[in-house]
Amino acid sequence: MSTQLTINGKQHAVAADSGTPLLYVLRNDMQLNGAKFGCGMGQCGACTVIVDGKAVFSCITPVGALEGRAVRTIESLGTADHPGRLQAAFIKHQAAQCGYCIAGMIMRAQALLEHNPHPDDQQIRRHMEPNLCRCGTHHRILAAIADVAKGGPA
Amino acid sequence: MSTVDMGRRAILGHGALLFGFSMLPALAHAQFNAMGLPALADPRLPGSLKNTPFLDAWIQIAPDGRVTVCSGKVELGTGVRTALIQIALEQLALLPADIRFIGGDTALTPNEGYTAGSHTIADSGTALLHASAQVAALLREGAAAQWKTGAGALVLDAGRVVAPDGRRMHYGDAIKGLRMPGLHRTASPSSPLRAPGAYRMIGTSLPRVDIPAKVSGGAAYVQDMRLPGMLHARVVRPPRIGARLAGVDMATVARLPGVRKTVHDGNYLAVLADDEWRAVSAMRALTAAARWEGGTALPQPDAIHATLQALPSEDLVILQRGAMGAGRGPSIRTRYTKQYVMHGSIGPSCAVGHLTGGVLTVWTHTQGVFPLRAALAELVNMPLEKVRCIHAEGSGCYGQNGADDVAADAALLACAVPGVPVRVQLMRDQENLWEPYAPAMVTTVRAELDGSGRIREWAYDVWSGSHNERPGNAGKLVPAGLLARPILPSRSLPMPQPEGGGDRNALPLYDIPNARVVNHFLPVTPLRTSAMRSLGAHLNISAIEGTMDQLAALAHADPVRFRLDHLGSQPRARAVVERAAGMFGWRAGAASLPHRGRGFGFGQYKNLMAFVAIAVDVQFDPDRNTVRILRVACAADCGQIVNPDGVRNQLEGAIIQSASWTLHEQLRYGSDGIASSDWSSYPIMRFSGVPERIDVALIDQPGLPFLGVAEAAQGPMAAALLNALAQATGARRHDLPLLADR
Repeated sequence: MSTQLTINGKQHAVAADSGTPLLYVLRNDMQLNGAKFGCGMGQCGACTVIVDGKAVFSCITPVGALEGRAVRTIESLGTADHPGRLQAAFIKHQAAQCGYCIAGMIMRAQALLEHNPHPDDQQIRRHMEPNLCRCGTHHRILAAIADVAKGGPA
Repeated sequence: MSTVDMGRRAILGHGALLFGFSMLPALAHAQFNAMGLPALADPRLPGSLKNTPFLDAWIQIAPDGRVTVCSGKVELGTGVRTALIQIALEQLALLPADIRFIGGDTALTPNEGYTAGSHTIADSGTALLHASAQVAALLREGAAAQWKTGAGALVLDAGRVVAPDGRRMHYGDAIKGLRMPGLHRTASPSSPLRAPGAYRMIGTSLPRVDIPAKVSGGAAYVQDMRLPGMLHARVVRPPRIGARLAGVDMATVARLPGVRKTVHDGNYLAVLADDEWRAVSAMRALTAAARWEGGTALPQPDAIHATLQALPSEDLVILQRGAMGAGRGPSIRTRYTKQYVMHGSIGPSCAVGHLTGGVLTVWTHTQGVFPLRAALAELVNMPLEKVRCIHAEGSGCYGQNGADDVAADAALLACAVPGVPVRVQLMRDQENLWEPYAPAMVTTVRAELDGSGRIREWAYDVWSGSHNERPGNAGKLVPAGLLARPILPSRSLPMPQPEGGGDRNALPLYDIPNARVVNHFLPVTPLRTSAMRSLGAHLNISAIEGTMDQLAALAHADPVRFRLDHLGSQPRARAVVERAAGMFGWRAGAASLPHRGRGFGFGQYKNLMAFVAIAVDVQFDPDRNTVRILRVACAADCGQIVNPDGVRNQLEGAIIQSASWTLHEQLRYGSDGIASSDWSSYPIMRFSGVPERIDVALIDQPGLPFLGVAEAAQGPMAAALLNALAQATGARRHDLPLLADR
């Protein structure tokens, strides 16, 4: 019994048990590195991906709940050679230290910008609250998001 | 408690070092220095060339001209990979994309001990600066011999030696012209360095080479490794320190879907499965199937500091100057404390092990592949040369987190399934409950002014458990202590001055004629502890700088002026203090708004590395006991700057991380064991709490030595917050975290 998932615009039949958290399917079945295991409890945001336009914690979202819904990961935004706008802004601001939280940060910010292309600085800060960074890269993350927010739609 | 005179001890210590190198086996020797370094080969050589003097250990040139640069230091998320590449390429006229860089591989790189203590650029950077300059000179010499011309007129350009007449030769051909071919030759004490003002690569903000993969889902971490046929493992740790396994039903777990192997060895439990989620599910079943009994009782957190001060201590007088107790001036007497703090890596520790062809390879985000290899070889009872540790990045560690422990898990589990690669990652609660915490600490200070308002006397004591429980022997690794035949940890030792451990930065840098400082090292404390960024400097600089503010008030002096008056002979220290005060707009006696506070903090990391001064402006909310950090102004001098943006990134990060530790963080524990199993029971600063503005000014020192920077701001930021909060609340708080409920 498999689950039909739409990941980054493509259909996949996933053999994993329907209770398996999306994170493990992304990382292992799909071999996508972006979403990271941080806490497994939806407390840190390292696993953040976008489902139907909303930022969700993939570590606590069972794949069985995702049939017919569109899952997007950071791999859908661009590549190292051809980064998307947010990715390019994170590179421009060198908005990473260890970087383990960064893919989740970018996906949460992407969800905001798709909903509200020009958030102000306070809206950005509030929106990013669920995601943790331990290296203290917060100011660079905020600056990178604000860069895109001040430009056109993401 | 017996007091040991440091003068005699230092001599004995030195003797032990000398004997250690010549007479003790490698495993024992690792205990004698906190950095895990090999013996000195030639003390005249710059940086880590002292320990690894051969040029080809650092820079290799293939016959086709391709260049490989090696460092024993590893990328921990601080950007050192990029900075080391910049340094290595400065003299070699190459771009980062032209070379292969290897950091931390026991089969391929120099042994530079641990990547720790803000040492990387000073040790490895200095080695690479000189090695690359000497290699560049050899390339010119080799080409000159073949062209029968003088080497002086030849230049390096884009991987070629170029003659004035336009002839070009790639580096692989150039070294063939040397009378003694190849680069397997010892480095010289001095190098033909380019003038520091003429550097082209050093001093530029080269974008970090690792960031593009990290923002695009590239394979960037050990967590991202997928080897063919790899199994996923999960461990089950005891619920409490010291708990014993009373019974477990392994058979039920072994029958679960995808489970390939279960491991039960004493109190050590693990499960290996063909899929990661199946491994997690089986781990949960194994947790439920295990019954534990006993465990070590822990003191209550509010009693920890009295507990520490009552424990047996090894007392080291680390400063004795002038005559104490002669004056009768106004004085200050204060006790400062710090609770246990967690490293709190966002990604739980992970490692991959593979035993094949009689060689055990472990991919690990350890801070020291060589010391770890020795510990793992002892753990699995294999010869050193049959174990290889390869560094692969993990989540930021900020000191010793679970990296070494999970590498031990990977080694044990790989040996349980020979030929099959095994990836093991800790769960969040396992990382939190079993990491070696930053020690709880106590300091007391008594300081006295003379009749002219200068400091006459300073008495300071610090009590702390170990800040260095790194391997070491295999017993330093958590899994080793859980086995049916456990390996006990080797004895804990204090880290000697001048770097120090609990007593790091315990010596005030200020001009004080009479002073006595004692480090009460506690070999055994209630919890396992180890290195976390800045070690004792976090609390020591807070205590020193808090006392400076109190003394300034006694002397009716402005705190910044008071500091400058006691830094008479130290121009670099004065310069950062003046710069931070200037940026901030510090004015003597400036009136404060209600619940508003300004605070200042200064320190030179270890009294021998980077100088950092920080001023902060905070708004306190007395009803909610919260603080808004309105502004941070930071000035830093870390010697010659390699990558200015990288230095800023580190300072900004240290400011935010230290603010989180200082205001909020404390491990929760009690009679049931450690309670801080997740981010709700161990909250750290989120976006809503970070400073509204951070300004960083760098003072570059071309031609002066590289000084590390990643750990230099933690103490000054904590001190600035402590002093700002004293003004904002009207009452000094001396116990960290400053915003704890009390």
